Amino acid sequence: MIIMDAKRGDWVRIHKTILNVGERAPNIPEDTQSVPLEMWDKGFLMNETANKGDLVEIETYIGRKVEGTLIEINPYWDHDYGKAVPELLYIGRQARELLEEGADNE
Amino acid sequence: MSNDRSFSAVMARKQEIMKKSVGIDYEIFESGSISFDYERMMKETGYSLKEIEEIQKQTSVGNTPLYELRNITKLARKYAEPGKGARIFIKDEASNPSGSFKARRAATAVYHAQRLGYKGVIAATSGNYGAAVASQAAMRGLKCIIVQECYDSRGVGQPEIIEKARACEAYGAEVVQLSVGPELFYSFLLLLEDTGYFNASLYTPFGIAGVETLGYELSMQFREQEGRDPDVVVITNAGGGNLTGTARGLIKAGALDTEIVGASVSLAGLHMASDTQFNKKSFTTGHTGFGIPFATWPDRSDVPRSAARPLRYIDRYVTVNQGSVFYMTELLAQVEGLERGPAGNTALAAAFKVAQELDQDQIVVVQETEYTGAGKHILPQLTFAKENGIEILIGDPSQEIPGKNIILPKDPGHLCIEELDLEKTRKSYIRNCITNNNVNKATAEDLAFLIADTKSNEGFVRAVLAELDIEVETEAK
Repeated sequence: MIIMDAKRGDWVRIHKTILNVGERAPNIPEDTQSVPLEMWDKGFLMNETANKGDLVEIETYIGRKVEGTLIEINPYWDHDYGKAVPELLYIGRQARELLEEGADNE
Repeated sequence: MSNDRSFSAVMARKQEIMKKSVGIDYEIFESGSISFDYERMMKETGYSLKEIEEIQKQTSVGNTPLYELRNITKLARKYAEPGKGARIFIKDEASNPSGSFKARRAATAVYHAQRLGYKGVIAATSGNYGAAVASQAAMRGLKCIIVQECYDSRGVGQPEIIEKARACEAYGAEVVQLSVGPELFYSFLLLLEDTGYFNASLYTPFGIAGVETLGYELSMQFREQEGRDPDVVVITNAGGGNLTGTARGLIKAGALDTEIVGASVSLAGLHMASDTQFNKKSFTTGHTGFGIPFATWPDRSDVPRSAARPLRYIDRYVTVNQGSVFYMTELLAQVEGLERGPAGNTALAAAFKVAQELDQDQIVVVQETEYTGAGKHILPQLTFAKENGIEILIGDPSQEIPGKNIILPKDPGHLCIEELDLEKTRKSYIRNCITNNNVNKATAEDLAFLIADTKSNEGFVRAVLAELDIEVETEAK
């Protein structure tokens, strides 16, 4: 039996090119002209089975049917609170010190 | 319906799609020349303040608390002339259902969509407005699609925008994410056409009227608490709706002497539609990349006539650098115990300086805060900046170069604002009115419209028109 990446009903993410290079609006910067306009969307897989890279159809959360290339199964968010930014550490300490000194002009 | 789905064909159907999706025939307010009847449009297509209060109450929007920032005021006074340093207040709009003042705009838009019988709403936004529309749609049982400009061509997305996508999904919306480019509008039009949903544009009369309650509440809260209206309201400005709605609400309350100050993060030198510069900025809203183009030509928005017309209400416009806003965000948490999102603190950074020009018994109020969370927070935003080659420095923020570095003021005394020349902005707006309406003379009606729409006077508008070789017809048609 061949094992496929996803089956009908799986929650997936798709990708699609909306405008190819050459089809883009004329008055945009050159760097943007030279890349396609791309789209990403999520939904439940409509195809019986599919592999990443296949052209598939999904039903989005609100029930719209959209076609695109399957790129992720069970997509999730991984944005976070970033890394340490030591540059910020003086702000609170300095301000508290200034406040302790009392106001000059009151 | 076998419509042509090509870029040019869809853009050509723009007016028709818009009319169907917002339910307003903007034509009836047009004069055929430069002017259009703004107040009539606001009156006939919007809602009264009383009605909006009622609509917003239904979904628990508004009546947000007002806080006095005593420690930040104290710090500002340390760097002011003797006797100077107005009291600084902040209106905690983050306590709205979706975590920002945008809930006010969304509340009226979604209510209106439901009343007109639309099955769903669509909004094109990478900001807090998306979460606001999704949240309001969830409460009213409508379907919701949010269209975002999110990733560059490497597939790298701004952490702040990704967080907004997550929030929209949390409220049950479908999020269509796109790569950089103004052709987002093409996808947006196609979605409106395909679904028949309502265009919950930020710039409709009901969207803007939704913000009027913010200005009105401000006046009422200050009268109750301090016995008078605030002297200055500082408003973060991007598309102009926040400023327009707040100012209109203050006027409706009778707070006619309150000065309206707009504040934007300076992103001078960065092109908003550039794929390679998209991730060089650390602010995705509240910046000059929206603030200036929308002030000089408000009708560039996603509706034929924008109800957000900042020049009509603004008294002063200042810019702050990215570093100063991050600094104030950290300060707000550290000395006031309020952890809020960075973009909403743009006006706070400006207010810190504005307060120093005023007497100690005067009042400056920052009229919004926004929620903070993963991605939408100083740490991830500065981490992202570093990963995109931006240097984080501590020193003199006036030396910051957007896209190259972010400079945090080395102490509260180094925070700075820059004045924007409003005369120049008003002139550009008048020039755009001539060019975009393709006229070679102005009617008496146009003259009156331009005076009101730039909050200027007859002498100024006549002089600008003369400079542009535009003759003013003496008699109204």
